[in-house]
Amino acid sequence: MRAFLIVIGRDLQLAIKNGGATLTQLIFFISIGVIMPIAIGPDKQILADLAPAIIWIAALLSTLLGLDRLFVADHEDGTLLSLHHASISLTSISAAKIISHWLITALPLILATPLLAVMLFMELPQFLATITALLLGTPALAALGAIGAAISVTLKRGGMVAPILILPLAIPILIFGVSAANSFAGAQTSSSAMLFLGAISLLAVAFAPFAISLALKAAEE
Amino acid sequence: MIDLGPHAIFIISSYVGAFLVTAIMIAWVWTNSKNQQARLDDLQRMGIYRRSDKNTPDIAEETK
Amino acid sequence: MNANKMPSTNKPKNWFSALAHPGVFLGWSRHFIRPLIFLTLISFAIGLWFAFFNSPPDYQMGETVRIMYIHVPNAWLAQMVYSIMAISAIGSLVWRHPLADVAMKAAAPLGAAFTAIALFTGALWGRPTWGTYWEWDGRMTSTLVLFLMYLGLVALWNTFSDQSKGARIIAVFTLVGAINIPIIKFSVEWWNALHQPSIISTQGLSMPAEIYTPLLIMTLAFSLLFFTLHLVNMRAEIFRRRANTLERQHVIENAQASAANNGKGENK
Repeated sequence: MRAFLIVIGRDLQLAIKNGGATLTQLIFFISIGVIMPIAIGPDKQILADLAPAIIWIAALLSTLLGLDRLFVADHEDGTLLSLHHASISLTSISAAKIISHWLITALPLILATPLLAVMLFMELPQFLATITALLLGTPALAALGAIGAAISVTLKRGGMVAPILILPLAIPILIFGVSAANSFAGAQTSSSAMLFLGAISLLAVAFAPFAISLALKAAEE
Repeated sequence: MIDLGPHAIFIISSYVGAFLVTAIMIAWVWTNSKNQQARLDDLQRMGIYRRSDKNTPDIAEETK
Repeated sequence: MNANKMPSTNKPKNWFSALAHPGVFLGWSRHFIRPLIFLTLISFAIGLWFAFFNSPPDYQMGETVRIMYIHVPNAWLAQMVYSIMAISAIGSLVWRHPLADVAMKAAAPLGAAFTAIALFTGALWGRPTWGTYWEWDGRMTSTLVLFLMYLGLVALWNTFSDQSKGARIIAVFTLVGAINIPIIKFSVEWWNALHQPSIISTQGLSMPAEIYTPLLIMTLAFSLLFFTLHLVNMRAEIFRRRANTLERQHVIENAQASAANNGKGENK
């Protein structure tokens, strides 16, 4: 458990030390929120209706943006190779990586969502539903993203491959995420979509570490 | 030819489209297979063999 | 080691690994190509004859039922080819079998082509039947997602320079995709039910024997076509790997020889 926390702590320290990447991602997320109203038009009702979808697309795209740096730096400086001989298994390390990835990429986006909510004229219940859906769904996004990053870790020109591979797999998250956020008026679909979203996140976070450690093992050989 | 009814154009174009995709796929598989065999043959003509093929002439012969 | 991509000194443990050894595979698979081509041609001939001359128009769909005779086999192959890739992926990860890698790689572009045919013919069937080329219907959307996954796999194979390392990484992704396919299918159907009144339904369409027969024969024909192409493509991939290995060896030997020659020249 201590080693687990150390891996997370190290990633967080590194992210804070060179925080440029997280900041870039955050700016990208907000930029999508700014660009959408310009493309759609300033109609309050339309924007409010589309707001959950816009926020989810912005979250999906900006998580994909930061993927390539998740394992590459550790691979290049040999950290990944030395983690093979750590006191805990590569699977637990992968789980720790998913958590730190979520903390570094998804959490700042969720914290920035109120800003987008104001720009997109969201009502309070709709905003709360969107935040809940994001909290429930982004762990799955982080897990899938980490799988994509692990697959493309040795690829020199792999920057674009991981998003292409992960996007189709993220469709269920998008579907349930937007549905959960949309039916905020206490509709029945809201709670079932939330439940599905949570189930997908649990499944993804439970199984992804095995896939990640398999891919990393194959990559380091 | 039988009468395909009012939607003949849809039926014919789906058959033609399927035929074209299949034909391209077959052509690609075929030329790829020929190309790779030709590469191996060229290498063998240059006297470059797989070490194991020298004792198993039946596989070496097969790529000719 | 790269040079050991095709271990040729493996002692076969049982009949299966004996037959699946790449060199032995090249030996026996050669005798299957011609019979397979022959069977494919025969079943296409019979199937197409049934499809055009020996089957009645459907009482609901009319003549457009004939599109189904290519659409259904290809939609079936789209899923079967992915299952074959997933099984090969297990073989590649668990037994690290080079032939499983080759089977996985050889199937991906074929699966993409069959899925493309299924989507294309589905669109052409939908226009006269439903009045639209495309509908965000659960089944169509999940087939489209499957097509994107095939394209992603083909792209992934092309980005790995070390194919045997790539094979196991790609096997991981193939299995992750295989687990996801039912989830995607379920979510897309749920999403579709939420957004659309179900005007469209492929249920309730009658399936008399006269329509079943050409459908089954065409499915057999397309499956045989896949098996033929897959076999030829697997052999081509083994040849390609052998040629690559030989070329690398040749370059190394040349470099060593010239280095030795240079060394001699300097000594004189």
